[in-house]
Amino acid sequence: MADPTRREFMLGEGSGTGSGSQNLQIGMGPAHPAMHGIIRILTELDGEVIAKADVEIGYLHRAFEKDCEQGGWNNAMPYTDRLNYVSPLINNFGYCSAVEKLLAIDVTERCKYIRVIMSEISRICDHLTCIAATAMELGAFTVFLYMIKAREFLWELVEDVTGARLTISYGRVGGVKADLPDGFAEKTLRALKETREVLDEVHRLLTGNRIFMDRMVGLGALSREETIAYAITGPMLRAVGVRYDVRRAQPYDVYDRLEFEIPTQKDGDNYARYLVRMAEMEQSIRIVEQALAMIPGGPINVDFEGRPIDPASYVDRGKQGKTEGLLLVPLTLSPNLQGQQRPAHARVNVGDRRVVLPPKETTYGSIEGLMNHFMLIMEGHGIRPPQGEAYFPVEGANGELGFYVVSDGGDRPYRVRCRPPCLPPMAALHRMIEGEMVADLIPTFGSVNMIGGELDR
Amino acid sequence: MDGAAILAEIDRRFGADVVETHDHRGDHTAVVTRAALPRVLATCRDEPSLAFDVLMDLTAVDYLTYPGREDGPRFEVVYHLYSIAHGHRLRVKVRVDEADAVVPSAVPLWPIADWFEREVWDMFGVRFSGHPGLRRLLMYEEFVGHPLRKDYPIDRRQPLIGPAI
Repeated sequence: MADPTRREFMLGEGSGTGSGSQNLQIGMGPAHPAMHGIIRILTELDGEVIAKADVEIGYLHRAFEKDCEQGGWNNAMPYTDRLNYVSPLINNFGYCSAVEKLLAIDVTERCKYIRVIMSEISRICDHLTCIAATAMELGAFTVFLYMIKAREFLWELVEDVTGARLTISYGRVGGVKADLPDGFAEKTLRALKETREVLDEVHRLLTGNRIFMDRMVGLGALSREETIAYAITGPMLRAVGVRYDVRRAQPYDVYDRLEFEIPTQKDGDNYARYLVRMAEMEQSIRIVEQALAMIPGGPINVDFEGRPIDPASYVDRGKQGKTEGLLLVPLTLSPNLQGQQRPAHARVNVGDRRVVLPPKETTYGSIEGLMNHFMLIMEGHGIRPPQGEAYFPVEGANGELGFYVVSDGGDRPYRVRCRPPCLPPMAALHRMIEGEMVADLIPTFGSVNMIGGELDR
Repeated sequence: MDGAAILAEIDRRFGADVVETHDHRGDHTAVVTRAALPRVLATCRDEPSLAFDVLMDLTAVDYLTYPGREDGPRFEVVYHLYSIAHGHRLRVKVRVDEADAVVPSAVPLWPIADWFEREVWDMFGVRFSGHPGLRRLLMYEEFVGHPLRKDYPIDRRQPLIGPAI
């Protein structure tokens, strides 16, 4: 007779396993701290073994898809920030790319590089958060502190570029909000160096750690067939040995020009997922370093002969009719707050007036610019993609993040569907935890990297 | 296989049951009849030259107010398929009327269809025949209506009052 599998052994008939009649129903969450406040797992316990589990979601449902239908195409941007709130930049760019596909426009080279750099920084943040939280839930609080320190370096970069840490709203259909700030490359390289050191420390603390491995190896495993049948993508799919990554399978932006590897593991357990995520962060660092070296346009230098004037006096002069040469005078505006300089604006946005807002000095300084601005902002105008539909996948931190957008030719999206990378692993969670101990639910749930914002939308 | 060849293959096998095919912005789409849907999806998954082993997404669209489609079938259920082996994609759609909004379930083919179909039922009120337990996924059981339908007003409030004891 073949040896019983772990699951059969744990749930089989016999002494100590119970016949099922004495099983205890225990609800975990949504107020349980390890359930992040938004997941309820209704478990049927046979002693300490989970005999059956029913996962309930929806506690963080905010009607993302319905809300997107209420405003203009660009108005959905702040909502996408709140999908995966650990790596919001990837959501921004995924949504923008889907609408751009519908409009059949191609963004500028520099913008593509910026999207790649910011996406990879976000991916590192996401993986750092996932591993940090998992380790903390297993008692490794030091790792949590180290990794949050590294994330802090990266979030400072995000803050420099977007003006915010979490709700960044940096993407725009046809480009990005503003160009990279001065000194971004040097600061990024420094932050990446710090991150590498942290990763090295975490490797030494966790990768061969007996306590950590006892809680991770062989637990929460899912077979290759089941992972595919449950449409699981991202690190969890790569942890069962499938080399699928949207960045390679259907390269978007400039991923086809960058050199990086797709790390895989074979076992598909919690430990394999941990190893895949650790290796992916290293690859993301490589991508950012290459992209920074290759990005065209270089740093922004506002070269101007005339004296700089602030926007208020610019408008004042316009009101007084002193408009001669006004359009040519460059302004000193912060690139990531209220305004955008014209040269920087042109580098990161497509020159398509149906889609992209003009730079602020054009809006304030010329009637054409003002009308252009008006036509994109006012109710009933705005971006109007032609009738049709498009699906655009990007590689989110948790797997394939797809946006399916439908346009009826109007200024509002007819339908925006987000394919959340978190949902398939959560749908399969009961397969990972049934037959294992209650205590093992915690690392398994951590390795899924459930992000409530995108799971419940 | 490139998208056009996939559509040709679908058309060759299910000629009478293919309502239309199109290729918009590089997304190849086949609209099929409801009766043929289980066969189409099973063929897409099992035929080695197609090998769509991943049901990447399953959702629906309510065409109630779409210009030019006011009189047509109200709902479209949309399947996004992906093949890991070949790296190609296909979108399969099926149209259903409001009065008879039932689609055969894809759970026997892909277990992930369980949650996707529960979400579509929750949000659009489209039923899936053969689904093992069609409950709401994101909203609570006491919720009345289907919020992503175009005739569900965004400002309607349904506060959840705790259970009567």
